[in-house]
Amino acid sequence: MAADGTTLKSSLNRALRRQKLRALALIAPLLIFVLVTFIAPIADMLFRSVENQIVSETLPRTTAMLKDWDGDSGEIPSPETFEALYKDMFVAKERKLHTRLGSRLNYELTGVSSLFRKSGRKIEDMGEVYQDQFEDLDKFWKDSENWNALMGSADWLAAQNAWDPRSEAIQPAFEPNEQIAGILPETSATFQTFADFVQNEDEKNLAKQDPWALVYSALYNDLSAGADVSGYNGPGSAALKAAMAAVGDFETVDYPASFQEIDKDWHDIDVWQTIQTYSPDFTSGYFLNAVDMKKSPDGAEMRPENEQLYIKLFIRTLFMSLVITGSCILLGYPVGWILANLPARTANLLMILVLLPFWTSLLVRTSAWKVMLQQQGVINDTLVWLGVVADDSRLALINNQTGTIIAMTHILLPFMILPLYSVMKTIPPSYLRAAKSLGATNWTAFWRVYFPQSVPGIGAGSILVFILSIGYYITPELVGGTTGTFISNRIAYHISSSLNWGLAAALGAILLAVVLGLYWAYDRIVGIDNVKLGG
Amino acid sequence: MKLTKTLLASTALTVAAGMTLADGHMASEMTIVSWGGAYSNSQQQAYHNPYAEKTGVEIINDESSAEAVAKLRAMNEAGNVTWDVVDVVAADAIRLCDEGLAMEIDPDEHLAPAPDGTSAADDFGDLLVSDCFIPQIVYSTTFGYRTDMVGDTPPTSVCAVFDTEAYPGKRSLEKRPINNMEWALICDGVPKDEVYDVLETAEGQQQALDKLATIKDDVIWWSAGADTPQLLADGEVVMGSTYNGRLFSVIEEQKQPVAMLWDAQVFDLDGWIIPTGLSDERKARALDYIYFATDTQRLADQAKYISYGPARASSAPLVGQHADLGIDMAPHMPTDPNNAKNTFLYNYEFWADYRDDIDAKFQAWLAQ
Repeated sequence: MAADGTTLKSSLNRALRRQKLRALALIAPLLIFVLVTFIAPIADMLFRSVENQIVSETLPRTTAMLKDWDGDSGEIPSPETFEALYKDMFVAKERKLHTRLGSRLNYELTGVSSLFRKSGRKIEDMGEVYQDQFEDLDKFWKDSENWNALMGSADWLAAQNAWDPRSEAIQPAFEPNEQIAGILPETSATFQTFADFVQNEDEKNLAKQDPWALVYSALYNDLSAGADVSGYNGPGSAALKAAMAAVGDFETVDYPASFQEIDKDWHDIDVWQTIQTYSPDFTSGYFLNAVDMKKSPDGAEMRPENEQLYIKLFIRTLFMSLVITGSCILLGYPVGWILANLPARTANLLMILVLLPFWTSLLVRTSAWKVMLQQQGVINDTLVWLGVVADDSRLALINNQTGTIIAMTHILLPFMILPLYSVMKTIPPSYLRAAKSLGATNWTAFWRVYFPQSVPGIGAGSILVFILSIGYYITPELVGGTTGTFISNRIAYHISSSLNWGLAAALGAILLAVVLGLYWAYDRIVGIDNVKLGG
Repeated sequence: MKLTKTLLASTALTVAAGMTLADGHMASEMTIVSWGGAYSNSQQQAYHNPYAEKTGVEIINDESSAEAVAKLRAMNEAGNVTWDVVDVVAADAIRLCDEGLAMEIDPDEHLAPAPDGTSAADDFGDLLVSDCFIPQIVYSTTFGYRTDMVGDTPPTSVCAVFDTEAYPGKRSLEKRPINNMEWALICDGVPKDEVYDVLETAEGQQQALDKLATIKDDVIWWSAGADTPQLLADGEVVMGSTYNGRLFSVIEEQKQPVAMLWDAQVFDLDGWIIPTGLSDERKARALDYIYFATDTQRLADQAKYISYGPARASSAPLVGQHADLGIDMAPHMPTDPNNAKNTFLYNYEFWADYRDDIDAKFQAWLAQ
């Protein structure tokens, strides 16, 4: 019991907790900084590898209709689905989203991009059949004011009329007329979509905007489905009743045929199956793509051989990173040893030479290798001059794997030398002398006494070099040709050129997982405690 | 006292300058994105400098056109578009328009008519390949060859690229399927007007790759426009494809032993877009700049500095001499009748659709 009556344990806990909180508060700025600028963007980017809402958000009605459609039947979807597509496409076109979806689906099926672009251009004509007939029937339907009076609530109408478009005041948000919404549900909902779009996205005066053709086809649907307009006496009731009597004789739109007229591909089962396969909000499609597979209506399957690329690139990236790490050890170990065993003055001078590449731009170093390695370059010229190789059989040292390995070994060498040096510096030279005085040969003394103590340095250097090289981009791009490029070059291509960010994110996620997996394996086999970056 | 006076006077001057700059609610500063190098320089001379002189606007140059589409998409998602006018190739403009990242520009409303009164839409004609795109130049991707490495029979046909017996040595091609697939099919005997019909089919794509496979070991694949000029100048390759303006600079400015092979050159367009999501002041400024920079005289002026053809029909007769070299520019234009005897028109629609698919196959083929 402490003096204040609490148990010793709890008051100790309280004191410790306070201490921990204080420690946390000290690192909080760093933690928040790392979270906001590093973890969150990476997580956001990686999340794109499964994200797929664009399909169901752009084509909500169509994807709902397609849920029950069976592509294996060999029949195109029902006319209702085509009508849903018309509505979705119309709204998407107004919001300029249809081409975006087209490019998204074009990653999966070639030709969808232009199909959507083309359909967007012609979709407006398709609905005008009804609009023209309503307008021919009665001039009432031509006027946006009449529509507003019919569809909007009395309160909203009064507010809208009182609103001055030139003033700073916000346009009163559209409210539907409850009675009309009951009689003409589809028309009211469609008009609401239209009004929202005009007021919020287009930011125009609703009173001056003629309704979309889509609203007219919705009105036709409501009326031909037998809406009960008899009880309605509000504005436009006469026109509505006249229209009700006339719609029976209206010319109708055959949606499947109209879409076929735009492009025959709309009667292609593949197009619909692609939309159906990619309608869920989340997809494994990008990840499958990243391992050379694809999503088909019957589940995942391998891509044809002439399109398989990524697994090969992953393996190549890992293999070449290993080779680069190996050559860094071979070249870096003697340098580290010399640096550690020279007098401080000379060692410092040599250290500057090791660090010098760090102060030179990566691009300059890589371009210098181009000059050195190309067939008419310095190395080949020298070899020809020395008579080592014939003039017509100069060595291919660049634009292949050799080029990437040479240039990257050079660039990453300091990351191997520095940890090796700092570890070797701590190995007392007396150990070697002691071993020799006990009768060991030079080799035994090195191999049994010195080398085991330098292993932590090799471990640290290897991890640094390996992980850096696995994600390298610029050097393989410049000197790698076709056989010396890495997976990161494809990731960059998909980020900046093809704009397939989902696939890029999936490739990146796999790369990250592979690196973490290797790190874990390294920890299990070698033990991360055995890694030393210094003293 | 004196100090106060000076201060007051300079403040008044600044305010006055600021007011003239504001110029009908337009931003007084704009960021223009382009490709850098000689091309940006030609724009600086022909457009930026006269425009800045006329309006006092401060122009900031950004050389990010190569990643324009990705960067604009990222800016748009972040809700902070910092670019006002962006120079892109037509294919990128079409994509930006598709993605809703570029603004639609009505040529007749926002562009100057030709001096003879022809409307802008007619003056640009077929080159207006997208609603968001105002073309500036016609450039071509074509081949240059080392005159000292081809013996006594310099190549006259693009198919020399595929003939390693007559023209041994490496050749450089761009590391992407576009153009290469077309050339391969043409040299494999496909008539020019059927190329895209053939390329639509899997067999046609394989045919093109098979043709490319015959020279695969002799190809250095480039990804930057400066690669081929460097490879030609160093004698690394005997012939290589690149943009015609780059070859002009190797031949005429650097006097290297290189000559043009205009056969089957592929025409493409480069021009301006305005990003969506700009404030009204910045949009007004961007439109004002576009109006100025794409008029007939300005487009003709650009040809003084670089050998790309102006996109307006009415500019062609005004093309004069190179500003420094003093040579006539007309014979160096890709559109010159002597050079354009056998040309090939890049099909935007086709590549917008097939780009992802064919690129996957092409890259897989390259990695084999």
